Amino acid sequence: MNARDAILGRIREALRVPAPRSEPAAAPADFTALLPRVGATFAEQVAAFATASRELRTEFHWVEDEVAARAELERLRETAGWRRVAAHRGAQVAPLVEALGLPVLWTDGGYDRRELERCDAGLTQCDALVAQTGSVVVTSASAGGRVLSVLPPHHVVLARREQLVPDLPAAFHLLREKYGANYPSMISFITGPSRTGDIERILVLGAHGPRRLTVLCW
Amino acid sequence: MTTPAEQFKSAARRLTRDLVHRERIQTALGKYEVKRDEMKARFQAWEGARAAAAAIKAGALRHLDRHLEDFVARLEARGTRVHWAGTAEQACQIIVDLCRERGAKTVVKSKAMTAEEIHLNEALAHAGFEVVESDLGEFIVQLRGEPPYHIVFPAMHLTRGEIREVFARKLGDAPSDDPEQLTLVARRVLRRKYLEADVGITGANFAVAETGMISVTENEGNARLTAALPRTMITLVGIEKVVPRLADLALLLPMLATAGAGQLLSGYNTLYGGPRQPGEADGPEEFHVVLLDNHRTTLLADAEQRDALRCIRCGACLNVCPIFRNVGGQAYGTTYPGPIGSVITPHLRGLREWQHLPFASTLCGACTEVCPVQIDLHHHLLQLRRHARAQRPVWWERLAFRVFAAVVNSPRLWRAVLALGRLGQKFHGAVQATRLDPARAWTQSREAPRLAPQSFKQWWRQRA
Repeated sequence: MNARDAILGRIREALRVPAPRSEPAAAPADFTALLPRVGATFAEQVAAFATASRELRTEFHWVEDEVAARAELERLRETAGWRRVAAHRGAQVAPLVEALGLPVLWTDGGYDRRELERCDAGLTQCDALVAQTGSVVVTSASAGGRVLSVLPPHHVVLARREQLVPDLPAAFHLLREKYGANYPSMISFITGPSRTGDIERILVLGAHGPRRLTVLCW
Repeated sequence: MTTPAEQFKSAARRLTRDLVHRERIQTALGKYEVKRDEMKARFQAWEGARAAAAAIKAGALRHLDRHLEDFVARLEARGTRVHWAGTAEQACQIIVDLCRERGAKTVVKSKAMTAEEIHLNEALAHAGFEVVESDLGEFIVQLRGEPPYHIVFPAMHLTRGEIREVFARKLGDAPSDDPEQLTLVARRVLRRKYLEADVGITGANFAVAETGMISVTENEGNARLTAALPRTMITLVGIEKVVPRLADLALLLPMLATAGAGQLLSGYNTLYGGPRQPGEADGPEEFHVVLLDNHRTTLLADAEQRDALRCIRCGACLNVCPIFRNVGGQAYGTTYPGPIGSVITPHLRGLREWQHLPFASTLCGACTEVCPVQIDLHHHLLQLRRHARAQRPVWWERLAFRVFAAVVNSPRLWRAVLALGRLGQKFHGAVQATRLDPARAWTQSREAPRLAPQSFKQWWRQRA
């Protein structure tokens, strides 16, 4: 008998004896009423994302339109002293990145990872922003692969306002609607810049991933 | 050779008297408690969330065979190779073979308690591979040649000075003992390793049956890199990690973060459903999932204690346990310390050798109260004590309880014993905690409770 059949056999044998004490009742189909409250209006949800971002030390910029987003990016380029950035050819990100006038490493279709390591920032799109937790949802399909959003020291997310969802159940619902049976190989809920508390429980940002996370939304 | 019980007793004796060590744990866990309470309060219904999380995991276990088959079928459909390992040795062998077949030299690992459980690092090192732990806490304890101290906070027992010392000794790079500087040193060292590594190994917090994905929770981004840069990715996952639906994570992820670290959500919660897919920019060419039993089915067969398999390894029960808070994580000598460890270790490694663990509890029930998936921990500890004594009766204990039963069943005897006790108490001070003290086992580290000068009955009679 192979290991698979042996393990499945042991499981079936074990489960023939039902648990003697009362098992918990079935979970509700929707968890919204259990999780932290999020306001029903769009303005409240934006405010919730902004509050969560402040706590997480995500830099969240809510701007009027694409022109304002471009200006904000240029300001970032100057203040952070970017010399070279990495991005992917997403419709929302590519024009803005090209307008920066810096050398760009595009990750689409493969790239040299040592080159990516030398970039000052990684600019990506996302699938959703989650108001409840201040999370950015990215996938290997939407954000230029697995590495772009985590290797450079600064991750900049370019998002549209309609991408804001109220809570985690809504984010999972959106993923299912968007990808159906064809999920990308990686889906990541990014909640704040990379962090560690492993030394005396003192918060340090930029443990392995980006020290800075900027979300630019218009 | 000392037995695990002797080792635990001597470590506990030493550590309970180490006030510096105790102070450190209590400080670290004090900070955690504040954050955890703050996050718990944000839930609209934390108790309801616990019940729902328990129900999800209980439902998953009730049909574990079916969910596992679904999980595997969906993973395989998208190009993942799944391996089944009945024992720790088989799991190590599978992973060593995978590394060997790929001509690997360096293996980078993100934090995985299952890997600690099967002693994977030793097996890989023995086979000649360089294994690098990438989680900062794990990296630090690996440099010190120690097992992790806590399942969530591996290096919580160390001061920055001690960490600086080991960095200076092992890496030759420790500019100061500033946590930020030390983190930067680790980041630099590990970046090089990531770019060199041939194989990346991760654990998994959940395995989603519906979509065939594993879910990895972390804060640093080290697991993200481990699962992205090396050509081969291997994930070791216990069979009990399965959950039925993807949407179940909308509840389980924030509960894990809240109970585990006092965060609403951990920094990175990432799902992996296969190797690099056509059209994707990067990612490993191969993805292997190793499903581990290693006596989990033994625990499943114990219908009474089966709920311990719901555990999501958040460590909340360790953090509130008065025993853990005094002896710390390394005294236990087990992969999983604290209440959950004392419940599952006798199942995973045998009650005969590990029967002392359920006695390392005050049965206060704090563990059961905080468990986000409602495992009846202190009930199981009590039941394991019963099993342990049934397996190996202790004659003097049985005699003592027989005498005790006789005394408390007879009012006369009871009064006589109390009177004797009050008399003896007068002289007790002279011998307290010395070899002549009959209660020495208690009094050498604690104060003996004193009998009241008169009983309630006596007092009531006088009053009338």
